[in-house]
Amino acid sequence: MAENRMSRPLPSPVLSVDVLVIGAGPIGALTAILLAQAGFDVAVVEAGDPDRLARPGSDGRAIALALSAQRAVVAAGLWDRLAPVAEPILDIQVTDGKAPVFLHYDHTAIGDDPFGWIIENEEIRGATLARLEALDRVRLLAPARVTAWNFDGARVTADLADGRTIRAALAVAADGRPSPTRQAAGIGITNWDYRQSGIVCAIGHEKPHNGIAHERFLPAGPFAILPMTGNRSGIVWTERSDLAPAIVAQDEDLFLAELSERVGGFLGKLRLASPRHFYPLSLQMADRITAPRLALVGDAAHGMHPIAGQGLNLGIRDVAALVEAVVDAGRIGLDPGSPDVLDRYGRWRRFDTVTMLTVTDGLNRLFSNQVVPLRLARDAGLAAVEHLPAAKRLFMRHAMGVVGDLPRLLRGEAL
Amino acid sequence: MANPYAFKRLPPARVKDRESTAAMDEVARFTAIAEAWWDPVGEFRPLHKVNPVRLAFIRRMLLDHFGRDESQLRPFTGLKLLDVGCGGGLLSEPLARMGFEVTACDAGDRNIAVAKVHAEQAGLAIDYRVAAPEDMGDERFDVAVSMEVIEHVPDPQVFLAAISRLLGPNGAFLGATLNRTPKSYALAVVGAEYILRWLPKGTHDWHKFVKPSEFAGYLRHAGLDVRTISGMTYIPFRDEWQESGDTEVNYMLYAVRP
Repeated sequence: MAENRMSRPLPSPVLSVDVLVIGAGPIGALTAILLAQAGFDVAVVEAGDPDRLARPGSDGRAIALALSAQRAVVAAGLWDRLAPVAEPILDIQVTDGKAPVFLHYDHTAIGDDPFGWIIENEEIRGATLARLEALDRVRLLAPARVTAWNFDGARVTADLADGRTIRAALAVAADGRPSPTRQAAGIGITNWDYRQSGIVCAIGHEKPHNGIAHERFLPAGPFAILPMTGNRSGIVWTERSDLAPAIVAQDEDLFLAELSERVGGFLGKLRLASPRHFYPLSLQMADRITAPRLALVGDAAHGMHPIAGQGLNLGIRDVAALVEAVVDAGRIGLDPGSPDVLDRYGRWRRFDTVTMLTVTDGLNRLFSNQVVPLRLARDAGLAAVEHLPAAKRLFMRHAMGVVGDLPRLLRGEAL
Repeated sequence: MANPYAFKRLPPARVKDRESTAAMDEVARFTAIAEAWWDPVGEFRPLHKVNPVRLAFIRRMLLDHFGRDESQLRPFTGLKLLDVGCGGGLLSEPLARMGFEVTACDAGDRNIAVAKVHAEQAGLAIDYRVAAPEDMGDERFDVAVSMEVIEHVPDPQVFLAAISRLLGPNGAFLGATLNRTPKSYALAVVGAEYILRWLPKGTHDWHKFVKPSEFAGYLRHAGLDVRTISGMTYIPFRDEWQESGDTEVNYMLYAVRP
């Protein structure tokens, strides 16, 4: 029960830890787990009720875990629980609308590893929270809320609504797109509304998906079919924001008919396997990802178009880089929240984040467009990539997240 | 502070409080100085820059010395360490975080006041004292550290003998200083950045720099055997220090009671 966790008594009204993490979603929990495993004392403050977080009920949303990000999940001790509910992505097929041009990525072209895995959100949430609560060095305070911050001096101080105070060398904001922590630190954001929404649901189907992920660039925006366990697939269907509510509100038969038209016949007869939801899509980027004694990770730092399925992966890369900077400093006794640590993290992540946001934004603009010359150009572009094995292998390795200056955790090495 | 570098590692003979204590509240004043000491891009930037190299050396030598587990964040729990000439606590605090029970002394009462203020803010329990090693009585430590101090001391032989007396049977000593070579002379005169701006440019204190053979000799006389000597080199284009085989300018050493 949440009540038991909430009433776990604190030894004093001031809780002193090495790192304070705000948010117990997958990114915040992963940060806390990896730091605690490395020997740091961590407090996690979460606004929601942990029991509801752990069992949110399937909302139809699934995440694509890239190969490199999966290595961090393995290091966090989560894979044993997640492997049975993770469907490997063996192939990726990209099509531009109904054009015959195909871009086909087969993982065996570059080795034995799959591109990644599709896992339902609730499984990730459940696994990370369970691990979090099993670690002695982590104290989860939930539901709880920070009402006042003081980022000055040798430690950050957070006053909670219930009167408790937490002191830490470093605060990590993993409190999502709205990130009250980011706002409290006075970090601004740049935001771009796509006027598109993502309709998401899980479907069951007659025929097997064979581990193939499909990405289609339809006129309204990208449409993805992602292989899930139990002969199901996750749908991410981009539509104009003014149309999305009506599409989701249709009765089930009409919705399935529209869906089937977009999916095509290769999966046989479709049925809904989850409730339907839609989410407005916008690109958002924090002006900075660090401030004195504070690091932003995941959606608090950057929210992107889900076109490439990279949102969580980008967040996990944040976590892996931050944890490495903190652990490297901590091993030689340095202050884990010092400007040196934060600068290293900020510089490390800046390039990757900007690249990923620009590429996904550019892809979406390019493909959500019916201007004929542009269509021809992008079809030719897809064909060109298809016929350039080296370029294709690089694209594939990008999809796996194994390109760039990777933190040790993402290379599969010990921290 | 006319010369911010002159009071960095205060030798006993040079201690004097240059600031008026009349107007300012003591704690507020020391807090302000602590902020300067601990500002990584402020006056003490060179010390902050070199600190990771010194700490990595200390950690590596002592993991081996005590047979501790390198995967631990705080591997030295249960061991007593003395930091002699601790200044504002730039070494003492990380060593406390590594698990040592740290006692730190400095002859400068202002340094100690500054160090105390900062350790309290950082939530670290460190026993800071205004003292010289010969004032420590019968206490015994597992480790003694004294870095960038010996070149300021009037009589290194006496100083190191006093430290050695405080070490227990399996004791270890870690030191660091500047070598007395043509290269360090040139750098002391022209390139203060390379020697951490230890001293004002062109200072004659170069004559007080200590050759590794002299350092080892003082230690041997005090009953300690040098096991490792390692250089530190400044890499200008990366603005970083690295441990290296070049002991011509800055070097560290590790010694044990045989």
